Amino acid sequence: MHNKATVSSGAAAGAVQPAEEPHTEPRRIVITAENLTKTYGDVTAVDGITFSVPAGESFGLLGPNGAGKSTTMKMIGGVTRRTSGDLHIMGLDPDSHGPEVRAHLGVVPQQDNLDEELRVRDNLLVYGRYFGLPMSYLKPKADELLEFAQLTDKAKSKVDALSGGMKRRLTIARSLINEPRILLLDEPTTGLDPQARHILWDRLFRLKEQGVTLILTTHYMDEAEQLCDRLIVVDKGRIMAEGSPAQLIREHSTREVVELRFGSERNTTIAAELDGIGERLEVLPDRVLIYAHDGEAALEQVASRGLRPLTSLVRRSSLEDVFLRLTGRSLVE
Amino acid sequence: MSEKAGLSPDAGLAGTTDVAPARAHSPEIAAAKARRWGAFYYAEQVLRVMKGYSWSIIMYSVGHPVAYLFAMGVGLATLVDSQGAGAFGGVGYVTFVAPALLVSAAVMTAANEFTFPVMDGFKWRRTYYGPHASPLTPQQIAAGHIMAVTLRFLLQSAVYFAAVALFGAAPDGWGWVTILVATLAGLAFGLPLMAYSASITEDKGQFALVMRFIVMPLFLFSGTFFPLDSLPLAVRWIGWISPIWHGTELGRVFSYGYREPPLLTVLHVVVLAGLAVLGWVLTRKQFAARMGR
Repeated sequence: MHNKATVSSGAAAGAVQPAEEPHTEPRRIVITAENLTKTYGDVTAVDGITFSVPAGESFGLLGPNGAGKSTTMKMIGGVTRRTSGDLHIMGLDPDSHGPEVRAHLGVVPQQDNLDEELRVRDNLLVYGRYFGLPMSYLKPKADELLEFAQLTDKAKSKVDALSGGMKRRLTIARSLINEPRILLLDEPTTGLDPQARHILWDRLFRLKEQGVTLILTTHYMDEAEQLCDRLIVVDKGRIMAEGSPAQLIREHSTREVVELRFGSERNTTIAAELDGIGERLEVLPDRVLIYAHDGEAALEQVASRGLRPLTSLVRRSSLEDVFLRLTGRSLVE
Repeated sequence: MSEKAGLSPDAGLAGTTDVAPARAHSPEIAAAKARRWGAFYYAEQVLRVMKGYSWSIIMYSVGHPVAYLFAMGVGLATLVDSQGAGAFGGVGYVTFVAPALLVSAAVMTAANEFTFPVMDGFKWRRTYYGPHASPLTPQQIAAGHIMAVTLRFLLQSAVYFAAVALFGAAPDGWGWVTILVATLAGLAFGLPLMAYSASITEDKGQFALVMRFIVMPLFLFSGTFFPLDSLPLAVRWIGWISPIWHGTELGRVFSYGYREPPLLTVLHVVVLAGLAVLGWVLTRKQFAARMGR
């Protein structure tokens, strides 16, 4: 299951090729992490994780808050030094080549850090200057990115006046000012309403189509399913599983899930009577989950035993189920 | 990826627009440019933000000297000067206080520009963390911030000096050097303060305390309004450790040829430069440590 075929294709430091071509074998590896570890005092935030990302892939880190996702992103982003292990971005070690690594990246941090005292368009211009880009390039580019972020009519607004979703889109536009081939997104849609999330996903999907490598962290399984070609499930600083969303679901869950609610007091006691239905049973405080290949059939069996749940629901397995299986805990707090 | 590299020279602020959409230069070039000019890029950002409150900067730069010089020169000076100018080394009272006011104004600006904006950068609006993800280094971000504020010191002190000259309070031909002296004093006081600001993780009103219990006593007891010698020894030490006193005495040497042992003049420069360098070293350390965590 651990799809490490990509590692052997060689991450030669010097051979920098544009990533635009259609994906012909073998794809160049743009990020490699080996036994990557970060400790803060006694706390181990990232505990020896190993992965690699080929160019053009959309790679996700899925896990609950505090799993070490953000710390990993900061190490990749060249802003936090690792404690041990190896890390290369475009063949460069971020600890010794910080500015070079960061020049390759676009970064969307978890917390917006836009310059609220500057206007929307000026935020893009100022940021481009940090890459030494000339105004003759930045001015048309800023307009193009505002268009992309659907913020053209807000160009002269103060950042304060933008909604949460708009600020997020501006942050993404800002991260693209240097035309990076690798984009790091740390929980890009946390705190946004569903409509704003969908607009954002659409924009990110377009970037993916343009061949930009996306590295994103999320604790939303639907986001991971929507955007990620491949992901690692992280918990307590360790990798629990790795694969495409479909692969992970196939390997760690059944095709369908029956969700039953008997009322909070009765869920546990009734679980014993469900024994033998489906392949596996998971009792949560608010509901009982039956993992089965055929959900409807499982539901009929429940009824045939004379059990009457308050509500019942048959659905496809999701990454939430994978996470539950791997860690015994729920993803979203 | 890099064919376009180097074709378009850094156009800086020129407003030319290309016909075909230009490509960004390669990451290699971006990194090389940032390594070389990064501090200037960040200074540019700080100046842009300052432009947003340029009106209050101008009002402060012009209003402060005019108000103080008028009060001292027209009000207090008529009273003091009528008692005989002997106490102030044979010069009029306005001439005596002008360098002190100029230096104090720079120090007070330092107390503003190196406190709240630093907290803003690290904590409130986290403005340092945007550029931190770009090729800039924490040290360059600190340096850029300092460069922009230094420019403000220079401009503000130049305006102040012009007002002093209009009041006829800088008789010596070397009077303009007080602009540089005030800037140096601003850095001597401001950079150690910046290192302190960068170490604060929680705002518990420390900056208000700095203003009340450090800046104000230094302003009052640094030989600003009367010679330091007229104070009892018990409080004279405040002057000796004060960047305002060292800056003021140095400014007096240039603005009206105030006579003091040459070694003391050298000491003023050494103390001011030493404090500035110490502050810079500590600030760099603090920025790198705090952002690299």
